[in-house]
Amino acid sequence: MSTPPIISARGLSKSFRGPGGRTVEAVADLTMDVAPGTLTAFLGPNGAGKSTSLRMLTTLLRPTGGTATVCGFDVARQPAEVRARIGYIGQKNGAGQYQRVRDELLSQGALYGLGRAETRRRVDELVEALGLGDLVRRPTMKLSGGQRRRVDIALGLIPGPQLLFLDEPTTGLDPQSRANLWEHILELRRRYGTTLFLTTHYLDEADQFAERVMVVDRGRIIADDTASRLKTDLAGDRIVLALDTDPASAVAAVRRAAAAAGAGGAEPEAAPAGEDAHVVVAVDHGERVLPALLRELERDGHTVRTAELDRPTLDDVFLRLTGRSLREERTDAAETDPSAEATSGRAAR
Amino acid sequence: MTTVPTARESPDGSTGGAERARPAGILHDSVSVFVRELRPVIRDPFSLVFSLMQPLMFLAFFGPLLGGMTGLPLDQAFQWFVPGIVVMIALFGTAMTGSNLLFEIQSGAHERMLVAPVSRSALMVGRACKEMVPLVLQALVISGVAAFFGFRPSLAGMAVGLAILAVFGVGLGALSYALAIVSRNRDWMFWTVQQGLLFPLMLLSGMLLPLEAGPRWMQVLSRFNPLTYMVDAERALFNGQFGDPAVAAGAVAAVVLAALGLTVGIRAMRNSI
Repeated sequence: MSTPPIISARGLSKSFRGPGGRTVEAVADLTMDVAPGTLTAFLGPNGAGKSTSLRMLTTLLRPTGGTATVCGFDVARQPAEVRARIGYIGQKNGAGQYQRVRDELLSQGALYGLGRAETRRRVDELVEALGLGDLVRRPTMKLSGGQRRRVDIALGLIPGPQLLFLDEPTTGLDPQSRANLWEHILELRRRYGTTLFLTTHYLDEADQFAERVMVVDRGRIIADDTASRLKTDLAGDRIVLALDTDPASAVAAVRRAAAAAGAGGAEPEAAPAGEDAHVVVAVDHGERVLPALLRELERDGHTVRTAELDRPTLDDVFLRLTGRSLREERTDAAETDPSAEATSGRAAR
Repeated sequence: MTTVPTARESPDGSTGGAERARPAGILHDSVSVFVRELRPVIRDPFSLVFSLMQPLMFLAFFGPLLGGMTGLPLDQAFQWFVPGIVVMIALFGTAMTGSNLLFEIQSGAHERMLVAPVSRSALMVGRACKEMVPLVLQALVISGVAAFFGFRPSLAGMAVGLAILAVFGVGLGALSYALAIVSRNRDWMFWTVQQGLLFPLMLLSGMLLPLEAGPRWMQVLSRFNPLTYMVDAERALFNGQFGDPAVAAGAVAAVVLAALGLTVGIRAMRNSI
């Protein structure tokens, strides 16, 4: 028997009373098993239900339907048991503004029931690991966004949890701070074998770090696989070639060459651009097809002026799944989670 | 391995407190929360002095006025007036404290603490108990300043008076926190309700001027104001009149308010997300 899942959800759902008494279903039917030691990313646009899912799994919100166990305990019936075993780094800053960094870290240890000596040992260790040494005596309101985020990470790690939830850990950070934070997260994972479950709307993060990506849209998981398999299965690579011939013969040439290069069935299309004939062809494993394709075209006497390989991003996957682009959604005014929308909706009346 | 390890057996060999006996847990958790709340006060004790500006103004500009009106010399006016100002400190300082929680709810600090394995009641009890500390310290500073102008309290009476006031502060603080939790999605409501209640409560307590000078209906209303009992008790105690029935009435008012405040506050805390 394999190890039991550390997170197991069955038909978990959450609806809120939205504006005008309408019911907003933030999470519709969350069913999943997460294995211990893995790094899983919940990817989706704002308002997809990512945070609401996380808040149910961390006992902050009571589900309206379905069940979930975290570390073997039911989130609704045994919340105290769940809390004792998990760490959580929320979307917002976890340290009180008037609290000094070190004070807040010490308090966190006390809240998790660690002894005084043990707390101090861990605080020192995390201050060192996260480079907070110069900041420990400062009140957190005097820190920059990136520094505050590092304090959040330290707070989340004080209990030494076997399972750490992170809600948009790098949102709002500059690229350097993001990279830096990821280095820390991955290092801690190497060191302690912590299971990580995070939400993000950064495609590249999910792509680069997560072993498993769940794409969430409108309260449902619409895809669940490794990033590379999602991309291969759902988007595929695109090869763009410029040939010094007329478009029709270029397309014919590429079709013949593609078949010979082992990508039979690929349907090249002419792409109107510049004076050369551009041809676009969608293939699987473009990195293997491209060299063969070039050899075939040369053998047939064609001159290839330029060759490009477009690898799909998770955005292409999202586009394929939903017909909408993740990037467009992100620039929308829809900045909030349905839970926040529902509450602000209440507040507005 | 088929079971999920607990935090106790976490990979770095820690001894995390996963499951604790609940009653001891609540006490331990309350102390942790209390200490957390107290730390910024200890780090920046001058903040306590700055928030004394308003009561000091009343002491400086209202005390002499009162003396002039009643024809009493300043030191005698202060014997009557300072205990009222001490209650004012408790009222103003403690009624505002909910704004700290409101801010922590709006930032992520409260949420972070809710995910921690901390008893929900402790999150309220620890915070409310912390209110005692600034209140007592500020009362001592104000009394000290007034002493320069001839204020001479009974020290034993003052000790008992501050103890009762501290209990009262726990109740008032808890109510302020409860108000903050209820108005977490519309913070203007916290300030509206708080300000809306603060001044009537203050004026109807006989804190600044004796209610005997007011109309009958005001005197009747003041009997429903717990602050009235506090003001009367503090006046008796600061002047060493332990036998005054106002003392017992004040102590009862403080205990009732603390019990009520904590009950309401703990209930609010359980639904604070």
